[in-house]
Amino acid sequence: MAKPENEITWKDLNVGFVVDEPGNASVYRTGDWRSQRPLYNRERCIRCGTCYIYCPDMAIKILEDGYIEHDLYYCKGCGICVQECPTGAITMVEEEEKDGD
Amino acid sequence: MATRVGMEVSIAAAEAVKQANADVIAAYPITPQTHIVEHLSELVNNGELDAEFVPVESEHSAMSVCVGSSAAGARAFTCTSSQGLALMSEIVYAAASLRLPILMILANRSLNSPLSIWNDHSDVMSIRDCGWIQVFAENGQEVYDHVFIGFRVAEDRNVLNPFMINIDGFILTHVIEPVELLEQEVVDRYLPPYQPLYRLHPDSPVSIGCFGPPVLFTEAKKAQNEAFCKTMPYIIKAWQEFGDLTGRYYHPIETYRTEEAQTILITQGSLGETASIAIDMMREKGEPVGLVKIRLWRPFPFEEFRKAVRGAELVVVMDRAVSYGGPGGPLAGEIRSALYPQEDHPRVVNFIIGLGGRDVSPEDFVQMAQRAKATPGQWYEIYGVRE
Amino acid sequence: MDKYLDRLGIYAARLVSQKEYFVPGHRACQGCAEALAVRLMSKASRTNTVIACATGCIEIFSSPFPLTSWMVPGIHVAFENTAAVASGIESGLKAIMRKGRIPLKKINVVGIAGDGGTSDIGLQALSGALERGHNMVYVCFDNEAYMNTGIQRSSSTPFGASTTTSPAGKVVPGQTTWKKNMPEIAAAHDIPYVATACPSYPFDLMEKVRKAAEIEGPAYIHILSVCPTGWRLPPELSIHAGRLAVETGVFPLYEVERGRYKLSIDLPELRPVQEYFRIQGRFRHLTEEMVNKIQRRVREEYEKLKKKVMMTREG
Repeated sequence: MAKPENEITWKDLNVGFVVDEPGNASVYRTGDWRSQRPLYNRERCIRCGTCYIYCPDMAIKILEDGYIEHDLYYCKGCGICVQECPTGAITMVEEEEKDGD
Repeated sequence: MATRVGMEVSIAAAEAVKQANADVIAAYPITPQTHIVEHLSELVNNGELDAEFVPVESEHSAMSVCVGSSAAGARAFTCTSSQGLALMSEIVYAAASLRLPILMILANRSLNSPLSIWNDHSDVMSIRDCGWIQVFAENGQEVYDHVFIGFRVAEDRNVLNPFMINIDGFILTHVIEPVELLEQEVVDRYLPPYQPLYRLHPDSPVSIGCFGPPVLFTEAKKAQNEAFCKTMPYIIKAWQEFGDLTGRYYHPIETYRTEEAQTILITQGSLGETASIAIDMMREKGEPVGLVKIRLWRPFPFEEFRKAVRGAELVVVMDRAVSYGGPGGPLAGEIRSALYPQEDHPRVVNFIIGLGGRDVSPEDFVQMAQRAKATPGQWYEIYGVRE
Repeated sequence: MDKYLDRLGIYAARLVSQKEYFVPGHRACQGCAEALAVRLMSKASRTNTVIACATGCIEIFSSPFPLTSWMVPGIHVAFENTAAVASGIESGLKAIMRKGRIPLKKINVVGIAGDGGTSDIGLQALSGALERGHNMVYVCFDNEAYMNTGIQRSSSTPFGASTTTSPAGKVVPGQTTWKKNMPEIAAAHDIPYVATACPSYPFDLMEKVRKAAEIEGPAYIHILSVCPTGWRLPPELSIHAGRLAVETGVFPLYEVERGRYKLSIDLPELRPVQEYFRIQGRFRHLTEEMVNKIQRRVREEYEKLKKKVMMTREG
């Protein structure tokens, strides 16, 4: 559905209200919910992928070289990656603060 | 050649489900529906019908299994009665909103309390607005025929809506009647295999039954109602084509001796046959009476109905359910709504009859017609009750 | 207990495919371990899967029309009938494959529901489906209360927990009943596979889902899904809390495979339950006496479980 939901008419709806675009929720930005954001310190990262596997919002990508990247479009700022990182490579900072990188 | 055999109506219904080559049958036993599912499980276990027979633990699950299997692309069938319908009603509504072409036979029986296993229409009236196409059958032949018609209509790409056949419990389900069985080749010609528009399959992932926020819920309901109202011509077409194949033609409204009738009785279901005997008796005495039978209950055939009663001064509606504190019976309420836009509409009198298996004889119909004629006003009463 | 034991080495996460079948943009609360559990389950069941989802948090956060987080097909019908809907999907697919209308293919039919949808309102439909022996997986995401409607108690709410319908009052200190043992109820149906899991142990969880999908016949997985909102704990502690539930013996991880019990993590010594309670607001009111009562019960239950392992051991 390309239209914003308040412009969808009854004629636009599929039979039975079916959604036939799998995974189209990925357009929805959940990053807006965040009050704190993760700050990643590459130097301390041992590339274990722990943060990746525990992220409930699929907001951490493992890069080709094994380091990670947060996807702030989705990151809700829960802080699980900070808590679970075995080396303290991620910290939370207030959303308005500059992260310096 | 079609063969005419005497058989119990429930057995005929099950044989039709077999001939319709249903894929999934899910049912929970309840009197008076049992003979239908018993025979179906026999057909499956004897290898005469290649289907999954799912002996669920409740009617709620019966309809849920039908919803799941229909959404997966299977032709699904269930049947129930009374309390069973009440228990499954949540999912009956969902099946319609999800637009799944499930076929259900409802062996009509009264709702508790007091407990009664006997026939009236209080079960179906409780889900009048569920969004299923609803027809009433008057005899065994109509039950048998409507299994094919029901699947055909429900699965039509222009329809995609569940279909319910109402048959009076015991009065129809348990009687032996002559039924003309169709050749399999005729059934196959009339009813092609089900081709779903969407199906639950990994090859084309769809999400069915999403959460509808307020900004879209009304649109969803409008779409459903529009689609439902547009099913009428396809139902009529399916009846027409069935008639062309078999010589048995069905209509949303069936009339009997309504020519020049000043008084018209209105029935649904098997009481139509009894009422027609009463009409003959009265016509013999020169009374201008006729009978209108509502076959198609939803979508309601307003136009056809108004046409059928045109010219009548008095309409006597026979309800088989009570709408406590309402305008009488649920059918009468509908009839009044249908007639209201007409400038010169007939007087409507409403009798609530045949509750919980109470017999209604042709003489009763004669008496009701006479009372309605003699007593002015628009009124209703529960007929034949001991004071 | 080493918190990394589950990983067969700290780098195990790197071995997991990055392919997601449950995509971001879902609207679960911050730190929702249920969303994580759904993600992990989907990673394990992969593409040839059809989901039947109950009403509840998952349905609401995953598929508000016109959006869906699911990459695999799915249907939501109602609250209490997920197991029946899943049975219907399984029966339907089986019938039309057998009759040659669609190609023969192994498709995992997975029913998912919360603890209310499983152990309360959906118990009958589940029992029916397990008894009938459909080839399907049923996963209960247990966050120990009706979170979607506002944290009301369910039969899965643990003893002592404060919820909005079992509040810690002046006379009654929260939930007065013990948590219904749903995995044991499932196991009593003599189905081929029952397991408990927790997303704090992601590889164990995924392995169990894979196993459940492969096994012919019904399989039941009960996943403890920490709910920071309902349990009143900071969202970053979700994974930690799940780990503590396991390490204290409050929620042991085990499997029942064809009647044989097996502990997934054998704990030589249980951590005190107080460590688990301390971080959660829902247990804040517990008196020492209540904690001791729970501690005794947890030990007893854990011993019982170990005995079942002993009794059903092969050979």
